[in-house]
Amino acid sequence: MAGMSFVIAMSVMTLFWGIVGGVVPWFIPKGPNRGVIVTMLVLTAVCCYLFWLIAILAQLNPLLGPALSSDVIWYLYYHWP
Amino acid sequence: MCSLLRGEEMCLAQLFLQSGSAYDCISELGELGLVEFRDLNPSVNAFQRKYVNEIKKCEEMERILGYLLREIKKADISLPERDVNPVAPLPKHVMTIMEQLQRLEVELGEVTRNKEKLQKNLLELTEYTHMLRITRNFVQRTAEREPLQVQYEEFPFLEKDTVMDYSSMQRLGAKLGFISGLIHRVKIEAFERMLWRVCKGYTILSYAEIDEYLEDPDTGEPTKSVVFLISYWGDQIGQKVKKICDCYHCHLYPYPSSNEERNDVVEGLRTRIQDLHTVLHRTEDYLRQVLIKASESVYTWVVQVKKMKAIYYILNLCSFDVTNKCLIAEVWCPINDIPMLRRALEEGSRKSGATVPSFVNRIPTTDTPPTLIRTNKFTSGFQNIVDAYGVGTYREVNPAPFTIITFPFLFAVMFGDLGHGIIMAVFAFWMVLYENDRKLKNTRNEIWNTFFEGRYIILMMGLFSIYTGLIYNDCFSKSLNIFGSGWSVKAMYKDINDIRENRVLMLDPNVTGVFRGPYPLGIDPIWNLATNRLTFLNSYKMKMSVILGVIHMSFGVVLSTYNHLYFRKKYNLYLVFLPELLFLLCLFGYLVFMIFYKWLFFSAKNSRQAPSILIHFINMFLMQGDAVQPLYPGQTGLQVFLVVIAVFSVPVLLLGKPIYLYWLHNGSHHLRMYRGYERVRRNSEEEVYLMRAHDMEEGNSHSDLSSSGEHHTEEFDFADEFLHQAIHTIEFCLGCISNTASYLRLWALSLAHAQLSEVLWAMVMRIGLRMDTTLGVFFLVPVFGLFAVLTVSILLVMEGLSAFLHALRLHWVEFQNKFYSGTGVKFSPFSFSLLPSSFENDGLL
Repeated sequence: MAGMSFVIAMSVMTLFWGIVGGVVPWFIPKGPNRGVIVTMLVLTAVCCYLFWLIAILAQLNPLLGPALSSDVIWYLYYHWP
Repeated sequence: MCSLLRGEEMCLAQLFLQSGSAYDCISELGELGLVEFRDLNPSVNAFQRKYVNEIKKCEEMERILGYLLREIKKADISLPERDVNPVAPLPKHVMTIMEQLQRLEVELGEVTRNKEKLQKNLLELTEYTHMLRITRNFVQRTAEREPLQVQYEEFPFLEKDTVMDYSSMQRLGAKLGFISGLIHRVKIEAFERMLWRVCKGYTILSYAEIDEYLEDPDTGEPTKSVVFLISYWGDQIGQKVKKICDCYHCHLYPYPSSNEERNDVVEGLRTRIQDLHTVLHRTEDYLRQVLIKASESVYTWVVQVKKMKAIYYILNLCSFDVTNKCLIAEVWCPINDIPMLRRALEEGSRKSGATVPSFVNRIPTTDTPPTLIRTNKFTSGFQNIVDAYGVGTYREVNPAPFTIITFPFLFAVMFGDLGHGIIMAVFAFWMVLYENDRKLKNTRNEIWNTFFEGRYIILMMGLFSIYTGLIYNDCFSKSLNIFGSGWSVKAMYKDINDIRENRVLMLDPNVTGVFRGPYPLGIDPIWNLATNRLTFLNSYKMKMSVILGVIHMSFGVVLSTYNHLYFRKKYNLYLVFLPELLFLLCLFGYLVFMIFYKWLFFSAKNSRQAPSILIHFINMFLMQGDAVQPLYPGQTGLQVFLVVIAVFSVPVLLLGKPIYLYWLHNGSHHLRMYRGYERVRRNSEEEVYLMRAHDMEEGNSHSDLSSSGEHHTEEFDFADEFLHQAIHTIEFCLGCISNTASYLRLWALSLAHAQLSEVLWAMVMRIGLRMDTTLGVFFLVPVFGLFAVLTVSILLVMEGLSAFLHALRLHWVEFQNKFYSGTGVKFSPFSFSLLPSSFENDGLL
């Protein structure tokens, strides 16, 4: 697996959506809407985390690279780190 | 939460209403909107019901109110603020309202008729004045001795006199007659031709147009009229001319014979017109005052009459009991609301001063109650889109609380654009902030109402679109580079001069340093600059669609366990849910596993051996494991195992439930008899014989009563059950494949949206940005305007509606057919606030 940036990104996102879906529901005050709000939070966390996970896993081990025209290559050579 | 997940528990109740207090009790119930009344007289004609006279009276009052409202609207008087909510009037107050309304109607009718008469008079006098003025011009014109048509030579007296008078005509012996009047401008040519044809030159027609528009009394529209003067020769011609004038609906006025007469008439007319104007003004003022006074209380009356009519309609649904002193009503009521119902009845009884209070009594029933799901302003939108497919069966799981998140999420997967998402979210946020503004709420525009009702849905859709736009890295078709791209050009091309030729070169991830790791949030921004962008994105989005689809469908199957457990059909868990889940997961869950496996374990180093997942999947079914190189060791064996499980779960799904139910009904019959025999064995042999005989007599019913609760009233039809289950099996298994493929629309729409966005940028905005003269600055303004208009209309409205529709379809068909039957009836309580008003529909209120 690739380097530090991947590990950091993975842990940050997992932690964030884990808190949203697993920790925040305990703090919702009791009321008639508690069930709906908890369902919403858990579903949001699951959907958003999954979506992000698919995006990063699809790029983890690319089988092919981007094909750039030479103008773009020239520009990126000088302006991107 | 129980309510939103499942729907309220309902019960059937009987209300015993005392005759005297029935009206008040029902009025109370209508204010609260608690219960739904059932029709206890379904066979009775509408005209034979008990309270039909009262309803006729209400309709009469509504007719008068409608007339009043139309007059008020015609006079452009605005109605006062409609915050009042008067209660239904008691029957004894109804007469006063009726009298007031009738009086108002009579008065208004009289005043309106007077006004119309006066206006007609005024019109006639005005026309007469015009006619006199214009025909004077005719006369004076001929006096100037212009050479006119040949016909004038027949009347030699024209050269002598400026005034045509009877004396000179009689001297000539010519029986010259005049007809003058007004006719519509559109008819004048036909009139002239008709005159020429009929009278063959014995008439002279002179006409001139009036400059101003006169109001036609019949239609009320301003029309142009023409003043004409016919001079004719002879009596018979005169008759013919008169008939023709009648035919063309001309307004005829007497033609004055001399100038003095003409002047007198003109003077007289002028004074009369002035008087008429004053009288007309006074009448209009009076009419307006009457209408203003009526408009103050018309809204109250409308509400009161509407409530009264509703109450009588409900009273018609009730039936009288034997003693004829008490009304019985059957209602569906949520169990939690029974105390409130009792209090309402007490309140009603108290208000009417009845001695015997009305009360409520629960009765057991086998009918399926209607479904009530309590929602607030946020959840009601989502519940509406679920109900549009079908209202849930009583007490089955409601997909709405899950739809609140999954529907905007699937929409956003198809719509994913950061910029468009921001615009949509801001628009929805504005609607939510101003949701209490009366003007926004009460417009009559259907399309706006639809958007306004769904403001929370649009807000959620916009917020999720912002997130997916961030992940797709697409903002008005441009990518954001927040964290720095994971691809490095410098590492690939050490010497920049190597690439002087105009070529397209591909970055190779095998070269060290070119690929430095995946972009932490979403798709790498370099893909936006690449020409083979779609190759990568298509693969990514298709796999994403399949993954999301399989997870969504599995979630649906899991939700069906709620239903099985609640309705106490535990056998369904093992005979329906388990085979379904196994079939789905063994085949498509494995496909998802393969997708993740390939992402994780195949990289550019072994890209030549990277397998095609689709081919592996197909080979799995064909059991040709050795044809291609395996993904991982042991793949063939695992795949065979999974296929075998999936294939075996189909007959379990098909036959399990019918056979189990059959065994439950008929097989246990013998068991029960046996147990009955065992039970009484201790007592005596005689009793055993009696018991057996007893069992024989009762036969089926005995064993049915002792089996599980729901079946004791139904016959168990094996063929019916088997057919039902067969259809369900086929639908599920074939549906698995087609539904998984159906989720590919997530990919398709997202691709369409991205491409449209890119085309709009490249064809519109870039043209404007490329001009670098000062003229370009001014040119940019209309270009940006065009860009904005096209973005909103095509990308936001059209694509938004399209993605909305497809996300909805995915929910209704692919998700809900795993667990939702949706064959219920919606609970519609008797509530005054929910009753439509016919006046509002006509746009009068």
